[in-house]
Amino acid sequence: MRALLKEALLPAGAILAALGLFGLFVSFAGASPVEVWLILFKGAFGDWFSWQNTLQRAAPLMLTALCVAIPARAGLTIIGGEGALVLGGLAAAALGHALPLSGLAGSVLVCAAGAVAGALWIALAGWLRQWRGVNETISSLLLAYVAIGLFKHLVEGPLRDPSSLNKPSTHALADSLRIGGIAGSDIHWGLVLGVVACLAAALWLRWTVSGFSVRVVGGNLRAAQLVGLPAARLILLACALGGAAAGIAGAVEVAAVHTSANASLIAGYGYAGILVAFIARQQPLAVIPVAVLFGGFGAAGSLLQRRLGLPDASVLVLQGIAFVLVLGSEALRGYDWKAALLRLRHSSPAAPAAVTP
Amino acid sequence: MSADQAIALLAGILGGALRVGAPFLFVSLGECITEKAGRINLGLEGVLVLSAMAAFGGAYVSGSVWIGVLVAMLAGAALATLHGVLCSLPRVNDVATGIALMLLGMGLAFYLGKPLIQPQAPQLVPLELGNWSSSPAVKAALQINPLVPLGALLALGLWWAFANSRAGLLVRMAGDSADAARALGYSVPAIRIAATAAGGLVAGLGGACLTLFYPGSWNEGVSSGQGLIAVALVIFARWSPLRCVGAALLFGGAGAIGPALQSIGIGWGYHLFNIVPYVLTLLILVLSCKPGQLAAGAPGAFSTR
Repeated sequence: MRALLKEALLPAGAILAALGLFGLFVSFAGASPVEVWLILFKGAFGDWFSWQNTLQRAAPLMLTALCVAIPARAGLTIIGGEGALVLGGLAAAALGHALPLSGLAGSVLVCAAGAVAGALWIALAGWLRQWRGVNETISSLLLAYVAIGLFKHLVEGPLRDPSSLNKPSTHALADSLRIGGIAGSDIHWGLVLGVVACLAAALWLRWTVSGFSVRVVGGNLRAAQLVGLPAARLILLACALGGAAAGIAGAVEVAAVHTSANASLIAGYGYAGILVAFIARQQPLAVIPVAVLFGGFGAAGSLLQRRLGLPDASVLVLQGIAFVLVLGSEALRGYDWKAALLRLRHSSPAAPAAVTP
Repeated sequence: MSADQAIALLAGILGGALRVGAPFLFVSLGECITEKAGRINLGLEGVLVLSAMAAFGGAYVSGSVWIGVLVAMLAGAALATLHGVLCSLPRVNDVATGIALMLLGMGLAFYLGKPLIQPQAPQLVPLELGNWSSSPAVKAALQINPLVPLGALLALGLWWAFANSRAGLLVRMAGDSADAARALGYSVPAIRIAATAAGGLVAGLGGACLTLFYPGSWNEGVSSGQGLIAVALVIFARWSPLRCVGAALLFGGAGAIGPALQSIGIGWGYHLFNIVPYVLTLLILVLSCKPGQLAAGAPGAFSTR
């Protein structure tokens, strides 16, 4: 427990510092920092309505963060979760329209279609790295742009519902396939799916042989190869699992929020997921609270816009500052605070003594 | 397709190569400088978006397009310097920092650029090189961004400097053999920070091309991954500034296929043609990378990764 707290101290401090810097930043636009902090809190966690909004956003964030965190444990920096998400959503909508599915089994199949699409897409980036040594960070982001292009082409062309005039969309999912709210709230079952996925990923990495092997591959590839682990296959597996998580995020967004695949699906959850995963230090369990926190900031964004007239991108600025500070705070890891304090205490009384003759 | 249409299409692609390729050229030159010193700056995508906004804002507020260009360069250098300094801290990974700066640069640009979406800023005056032709399509294609010849000169200058100047050799030494630089008493982090900042300065010119020439206005979709494609392009250009020019034109041409087809009335598959540059980049990466082996011409610092 103490070790856990110590581990969380640096990122938490960095996020607090980011909130402070963000307050300074918005004060240039004439907004009062204190008011901004209050609204951020109120819009995120202030009442039941904000909580619903927050948790609705946290669900896809958990899943897209896993798309970064699981491959990261195998030593890969994958940042193309947005591509897996949109293709997952598209596959879910297409399957729901193509086959006469219904009920819970139908919903599961629709989500599975999203998972398969996402898994294949991210595994492609992993395969390119294994096969040709192509840098997976660049290739996964390029693949995300390709995925978005394909998505737009299919949604505005072959898969378009002719009755969607202003906003090209696919055919809407049948009512029985949609994912509803939990106990009548706006929080849909996707949140449960996200939490379960994070727990499952943590258990898998911690307690199973294949999960442990993935961590060995990520920790020291040469050692893994020396003891005969199938490194290539494990890397592909980690990529596919991560992609599947992001694909499910897309499927859930379609089945629970948008009802059909359209441009609203391209909302940047894939990119925010990168940030969540890095702040959670690629630990699936830590992803859950971090996703809730950043889901909250996202939910508070529209309140900032309405109350203070700040641009909607102010949340992006906060995210960017937090990301930079969390990465920078790594430099302080293992810094000996006690020794520094002692040095300070010893040097401060000594300094005036040296000046007085 | 009639002969006129074919000429219009070809001219559209050629002109597009020069127009669309300009940001690629500057970002890839910037990344080239950075990587020669042994660092990767994935944040150049953020630099590109932020400097595009800064260029437009600077030109709009001051009324002078060249002040806009200057502001873009400074904004790019500032963000890149942050990258350089952060990466010099212990245990800070340059790829992760690049991703963070990509998000930060875009966030800052969207936030500060909100009031700039409506207005019109003064634009760079094109060099009219097509007056010899009677075809309006050719004339339109050869209206050249004045920054493009500047970029070509810069590439030539960099190529010369990397081989002959003291600063160029220092940058290469920091990238190829940090120990040698240290042995000669130079600070490797300082050289790398300076090279990253210079890279951001040059990449800022690419941002200026986006909002001050083509497409010529500021909106949140002004760049969709050009900065990142340019990073991949440096691998394709084997870290040579001269080859960056050719690569940028090739990618500009690939990116111009969609709009060129649309201009002659072929609207089908617009989004498909727009993904051609990304697919081309992936193909080139597949062809130019070899597993377990460093790409030809790579700075030595990348071999330890």
